[in-house]
Amino acid sequence: MNDTATILPKPAARAGEPRRAGVLDRLSHVEPVALVWLALAVVLLLLVVAPLGKLFLVSFETQETGAFTLSNYVTAYGRARYRDALVNSLLLGLASATISVVLAVPMAWAVSRTDMPGKGLTWAVVLGAFVVPPYLGAVGWILLAGPNSGVINRVWRAATGAEGALFNVYSFEGMALVIALHSFPLVFIFVKAALDLVSSEMEDAANILGAGTWTAVRKVSLPLVWPSIMAAFIVIFLETIALFGTPAIIGIPARINVVTTQLWQFFEYPVRVEVAAAYAMPLLLITVGMIAVQKLLLSRKGFVSQTGKGGERRPIKLGPWRWALFGWCASVGALSVAMPLLVLVQASFAKAWGRGISLDNLTLRNYRLLIFEHEMALTSIWNTIWFSASAATFAVLIALLIAYIVNRRLVPFGEALGFLAMAPFVIPGIVMAIGFYAAYASPPLALYGTAAIIIFAFTARFLPIAYANSSAAVRAVHPEMEEAARILGSGRLHAISRVTAPLVKKALLGGWLIVFIVASRELSAAIFLVGPRTRTMSVLLYDLSEAGNFEVLAAFGGLLLLITMVLVGVGMKLVGRDFMLRRT
Amino acid sequence: MSRLSLRGLTKDYGELTVVDRIDLTLTEGEFVSLLGPSGCGKTTTLRMIAGFVEPTAGAVEMAGKVISSPGSVLPPERRGMSMIFQSYAIWPNMTVQENVAFGLKLRKLSAEEVRRRVGQILEVVQMGHLAGRYPAELSGGQQQRVALARAIVVKPAVLLLDEPLSNLDANLREEMRFEIRRLHDEFRITTVYVTHDQAEAMATSDRIAVMNAGRIEQVDAPHLLYTRPRTRFVAGFIGRTNLLEARMENGEIGLDGFGLKVAPTNPEPNGGTRPVLLSVRPQSIGLHRNRPSGPDGRPAVPGIVAQRVFLGETWDYVVQPQGNGARLRVTAPPLQVHEVGEAVWIDFDPRQIAIVE
Repeated sequence: MNDTATILPKPAARAGEPRRAGVLDRLSHVEPVALVWLALAVVLLLLVVAPLGKLFLVSFETQETGAFTLSNYVTAYGRARYRDALVNSLLLGLASATISVVLAVPMAWAVSRTDMPGKGLTWAVVLGAFVVPPYLGAVGWILLAGPNSGVINRVWRAATGAEGALFNVYSFEGMALVIALHSFPLVFIFVKAALDLVSSEMEDAANILGAGTWTAVRKVSLPLVWPSIMAAFIVIFLETIALFGTPAIIGIPARINVVTTQLWQFFEYPVRVEVAAAYAMPLLLITVGMIAVQKLLLSRKGFVSQTGKGGERRPIKLGPWRWALFGWCASVGALSVAMPLLVLVQASFAKAWGRGISLDNLTLRNYRLLIFEHEMALTSIWNTIWFSASAATFAVLIALLIAYIVNRRLVPFGEALGFLAMAPFVIPGIVMAIGFYAAYASPPLALYGTAAIIIFAFTARFLPIAYANSSAAVRAVHPEMEEAARILGSGRLHAISRVTAPLVKKALLGGWLIVFIVASRELSAAIFLVGPRTRTMSVLLYDLSEAGNFEVLAAFGGLLLLITMVLVGVGMKLVGRDFMLRRT
Repeated sequence: MSRLSLRGLTKDYGELTVVDRIDLTLTEGEFVSLLGPSGCGKTTTLRMIAGFVEPTAGAVEMAGKVISSPGSVLPPERRGMSMIFQSYAIWPNMTVQENVAFGLKLRKLSAEEVRRRVGQILEVVQMGHLAGRYPAELSGGQQQRVALARAIVVKPAVLLLDEPLSNLDANLREEMRFEIRRLHDEFRITTVYVTHDQAEAMATSDRIAVMNAGRIEQVDAPHLLYTRPRTRFVAGFIGRTNLLEARMENGEIGLDGFGLKVAPTNPEPNGGTRPVLLSVRPQSIGLHRNRPSGPDGRPAVPGIVAQRVFLGETWDYVVQPQGNGARLRVTAPPLQVHEVGEAVWIDFDPRQIAIVE
């Protein structure tokens, strides 16, 4: 890279020449970029390193004195109940990741490789399941499959005269299914992206040697995307064990304890941060280890580099089977999006949701209550919007600067910045939140209950998303674009603002929106950090679910959904239809 | 005996006719190339032979049986053919060994037999020492050899190759050309080879079918295509040529403005006068400083050197014959140097002039 030349030491001035000129000469070659590097390093230390380091230290400290101790670990893993929670978490992760793969791989194959009808609808299903916050889906499924008054079970009893319930959502299977119904889009995106890269010639080559469609899929297409399936499986496993909302809404009433809900209990009065920190360590270790495994899987044998080139992609003709696949996609859509949202909307307009749809059951009371009477509802909406917007802005700004410095190799050790920016990816949100709590909640900073601690936690948590996005955007701009401007006399900053920035604008906007949307529905990081006046919509929704008033809860869910849909709509309008679903 | 024949094979995509009534017959063990510029329909034709594309009209027959016709296409996996793809389509999740064994396993051969034949064919393509490698660890040429081995090992009834060398660099391409011909000489598999590179087609093929805009313009042995092109397109596409407008009079050719009387070897049988087009290769034209007085009585005309380029192996001159607007390309050996503007004589070899349509 030519850029490195500017920061490498100049050759020593030849003897006899005035030395002063050499120094001045060198100073005029220094770019302000070194200062930016320093500033970024400090920011990353505060956002990433300090919370994690503090979390680690605190786990070995006695609460009052700060003396070294191992007793936190003894407390955290001394009781069978706590150990069971860890086992439950792992089982839940395996179950929902398996269900997600089963749901999504046929969908991905159908959309990527076949002539299945209704691909647009399938995309809508995937997008819908992706943008609906998982805890909202959990509430929807309580209305659908609660053991006594759930719609499905009432219909089942009426139709068959049976006594019990067809499906009880307050169970391990119920929890796994509800989580999978909101996680499968990740498998879909991973696997479809991989299948899109497999050229039709790969399958043709198997066909011409005597393999039928099914054999070719089994022996060639699926093995080719196997690493992607495994990678998606791992991501969903990790997301599930770090998930707070659904286990709290369904698991606590069902008396199924998992790591995240157990952590939450350590935060009930009296708060035991030290024990929570110790208890969170295995979660962190598992996540780091699994991400490493995933990286290994994806890099093996250079799968992708082989499949990318050459050959057109033609849809496989399925004949009547295409309707079977369509039926599968439609069923997943009904279970994950249509049915839960329908009952949710119905409940939000109902005086009593159990009475079903009738005119005398219709009311706007629930919405009126929230908007005009509830003391926190509007505040929480406002909080959500401005916390998320601030976090998205910080994250994209920091990420862009780092991405630029790393990609253009402007400073030595630039990669260290990139590594730190990506590090929160392997830290479960709930662990991150406890780290922030440990580092910044108490004096000297005493940020507990302030907006700042939430915004910073969101920024740190979603920095990897912003970084992956910015890095891709910066890489897409060939350095020669800028060099062409610079050779014509434009300075680096001028070249960036006139050439690079306009080129990456749209991608950055997409990254901003994604961070904004995921931040606006984030529950697990928020719930440990909010104070009485800084509750976000997701936290308030959880509080409402604990209160058990499902009509008001549904109405608030309706508001959250409306806001999400507006945001996603704006994003699709500005950045493109698939902006949420691109694999970065 | 005919192994494969295409009868009036046609493919339309809506209004667009990509392949237009193609007739072609391959005898057992023959190597035929489909040669033409990109977009001429050669790959579509190949894919119709393979069974990936359904014809709009016409038929593909193998050993006397119709295997493709509109509405009835035997699926590719039941044709007993094999194919080499432009991207090689080597499965990156399998080793070299596994790639090559794939087709044999589908044929339910015993493990012992599979191992023996895979080992044998890998020796033939000189890849035996790399049997355990994954494709990502191979160079382009080695991947090409794996693709060849995988296609040949199943002893296909017909071997199809779709621009197999277009992703290789120039040196390797030349080497693989001979490799493909060597394998053909060894196994005698009936082969259809699609390419846009005339050198490739010439090096490998028994016959070449030159395609243009969905039609076959001419099918002939390589040297006949070059010396006896029958259409303007073939004359221009195979090698370089000068196309001259001329008159046919009583079995003799009169070139416009030259007043030459030459008798080409493929004259029209019927008499009368009509305009014709001649193809004269640049290297068949003699270039002289003085009026040639050869005993063979070749027709000669004076001209002026209008332009020249030195290409290393030859000089490339453009000569303007006197009293004529034509510009003729003439090649000459490196030591025969003429300046631009110099007056020269050119003469023609009647045996090397072809009448084209």
